Amino acid sequence: MADTRSVIGTQNKKGQTFTDTWKMMNEAPRTPSFFTGSEVIKEALRRASCDVMIAYPITPQSEAAALIGELFAEGYIGDYFRGESEFAVMSQCAGAAFGGARVFTTTAGPGTMRAMENFPMWSGARLPIQMIVTCRGINSPLSIQPDTLEIAYLLNTGMLVWHAETAQDFFDWILKGYMVSEEPDVHLPLALCCDGFFVTHTKDVVNLTPADMCLPPYDPYRSPVPCMDMECPPVRMMRDPFVMKSNYISYATHASWQQEIWAAVERSRKHSIHWLDGLIDTENTDADIMIVASGTAVSQGREAIRLLEEEGVRCGLVKVKTLRPWPEEEIREATKNAKHIFVPEFNVTGWLAKEIKATIPNHERVHAGPHVCGGMTMPPEIIVNEIKTTLGLHKSFVMAGRGS
Amino acid sequence: MSKEKIKISEDLFDIMPSDYQDLVKSSTYGKEDRGWKDIGTSKELIEQHSLCAGCPESMAFRYILASLPNPEDTVMVGSTGCTSLVFPMVAVHNIHSLFGNQNAIASGLKRALSVRFPDRTKDVVVLAGDGATVDIGLDMTLQAWFRQEKFTTICFDNELYANTGGQESGLMQKGFVAKMAPVGKLFEKVRLPEIARESGCHYVVNCTVSKPSLVEKVIRNAVHIAREIGPTYLQLYTPCILEIGKNSMEGLQEMRDSEKPTERFAYKEYVSEPAKQLLAELAAKDKERKAAAKQLAGQATA
Ligand SMILES: Cc1ncc(C[n+]2csc(CCOP(=O)(O)OP(=O)(O)O)c2C)c(N)n1
Ligand code: SF4
Repeated sequence: MADTRSVIGTQNKKGQTFTDTWKMMNEAPRTPSFFTGSEVIKEALRRASCDVMIAYPITPQSEAAALIGELFAEGYIGDYFRGESEFAVMSQCAGAAFGGARVFTTTAGPGTMRAMENFPMWSGARLPIQMIVTCRGINSPLSIQPDTLEIAYLLNTGMLVWHAETAQDFFDWILKGYMVSEEPDVHLPLALCCDGFFVTHTKDVVNLTPADMCLPPYDPYRSPVPCMDMECPPVRMMRDPFVMKSNYISYATHASWQQEIWAAVERSRKHSIHWLDGLIDTENTDADIMIVASGTAVSQGREAIRLLEEEGVRCGLVKVKTLRPWPEEEIREATKNAKHIFVPEFNVTGWLAKEIKATIPNHERVHAGPHVCGGMTMPPEIIVNEIKTTLGLHKSFVMAGRGS
Repeated sequence: MSKEKIKISEDLFDIMPSDYQDLVKSSTYGKEDRGWKDIGTSKELIEQHSLCAGCPESMAFRYILASLPNPEDTVMVGSTGCTSLVFPMVAVHNIHSLFGNQNAIASGLKRALSVRFPDRTKDVVVLAGDGATVDIGLDMTLQAWFRQEKFTTICFDNELYANTGGQESGLMQKGFVAKMAPVGKLFEKVRLPEIARESGCHYVVNCTVSKPSLVEKVIRNAVHIAREIGPTYLQLYTPCILEIGKNSMEGLQEMRDSEKPTERFAYKEYVSEPAKQLLAELAAKDKERKAAAKQLAGQATA
């Protein structure tokens, strides 16, 4: 029987057609466009049927947040405003999501840290908010340069965490992200991260879906918890207030709820595999040497592989797309032949290498590095150098064209 | 929502929990003249609570819930503190998120409800303690007013942090010796009602909750004005009898003592010009409605 409630095929007030997301992302024609990452965020949002976007300026996401303001002025977003701080913005996003809206925001670096208390609240309340994190330094002395340390803090919030490599990933994953996080068996917020500046402020050719197609709207009544709009009768949740942990039932409720959040993260796995075509991408998994990376370190890894190939050294690659859910099985499988695993990262602590070490057998195979931090770029030669030094392949490798 | 939506199928009525049966039979939803006198007659007002025996917050809660003009479409936002202990027992949607962010949550919520229900009235009411409103959350309290967000903010002013055991708060009186104020509080009680007025609130009241009819009036005014015009603020003295060393019967007297004309909770009200106009219009409509009802009743008995 035809679903008469479906809006697919109908038009919104801007004349865009609500389109089946799978068709829009996989079958609709794509137009190559030369855009910065920030502009790509705007273009994704134009097609996202977003109800509320809340903004606060922090480099390097300010431009994207401002561009989405233009979309609001054009009538593509239901409401948009600047909050008073990141803590407030994330709370405002929560309020809007509690009220049944599809919500979007962006932040970076210190803003992510200031807002931190909200993130476990978002996941605990099952709010499928999408937040773009355009990573930058979070530490003192002040830095606005890209650095992925803040991702480490997001990993245990109960949010889905994805790490985009390119502006193309960004465009596709913003739209697909809503599809995963709004699934009733998931219904969790998504932190969609990228390495600030490298992705946001560089121009690239990105294949865009037609501007006159948009996502079907969010249906808040598919949520596993009640939408706070008084459209369904409220219930007395419990006789004793939830903070009374001396009450065993109340305690058990809390404990099992945390487990449920993480179970929901796990349940997002199948949806993420479906939409992202797997949680990882791989190349040359039969090689002895593997590079495992996420974000733009993947691009640098690819370039390093090319340089090594020129010298007759064969090397494989794992691109980790989702950090939560964590692709444990996939990484084990992809690295099973590797004798040496290198994990280049744009941060000082090497959180990705730690995750990988905790995942695979014989983790002494993992070489945590190279690390560039404080916002440095990562010339592929640094990766090549690290690999050659570690494996004793060095003769007299010179970092071409990069004098000290 | 409307009362229609909570009607149980007749065939299933007798197997539903009695709470639901009572809610369907005797709720005050959909009743224009609901008020504090309905307390004790209907199920969606609080029956039990987990506050200390005799805590004035529990009285205030009942009066407020009984006075909401449109409970079937009202969402309340709370904050961590003694206020959060009662919410599991109330029959309006309630959001408890974090400590101090209640006005930010309410801003997002009100906007989402306006986007989703452009042709319907959905009221949002914030209710939080003085620590949440005036200390940790002050930035978000004020900014919601600056932005003219259309919801009511209620502060249960018990002049200290009750839930964490009686620490100094911004609304505590100067000189009061409290935990974390070992030599007495060093600065004056923050003048939030005045700040609220200067920050753009259209209706501001500072009072105790000793008189239910007064609470009913100010709640109705605050919600109506917030709905039509802009932010409103109520600061209600709900003394923490536990922390100031009173027994459960002494809360009412404590409020009566502190609302005397020279005391800090003497009734103070500010109404902006547009709000005055709205209240006059509402009063006129109410009069008309009551007169019509009277006439109808007269015809019926004639
Ligand atoms: C970020 C954060 N800091 C501190 C606390 C601890 N805390 C819980 S309730 C509370 C005080 C509440 O005081 P108030 O807002 O005045 O409400 P009352 O309990 O007096 O009704 C504090 C400090 C918390 N929950 N979150
Ligand atoms: S601690 Fe104070 S404010 Fe809290 S419930 Fe008890 S009397 Fe009321």
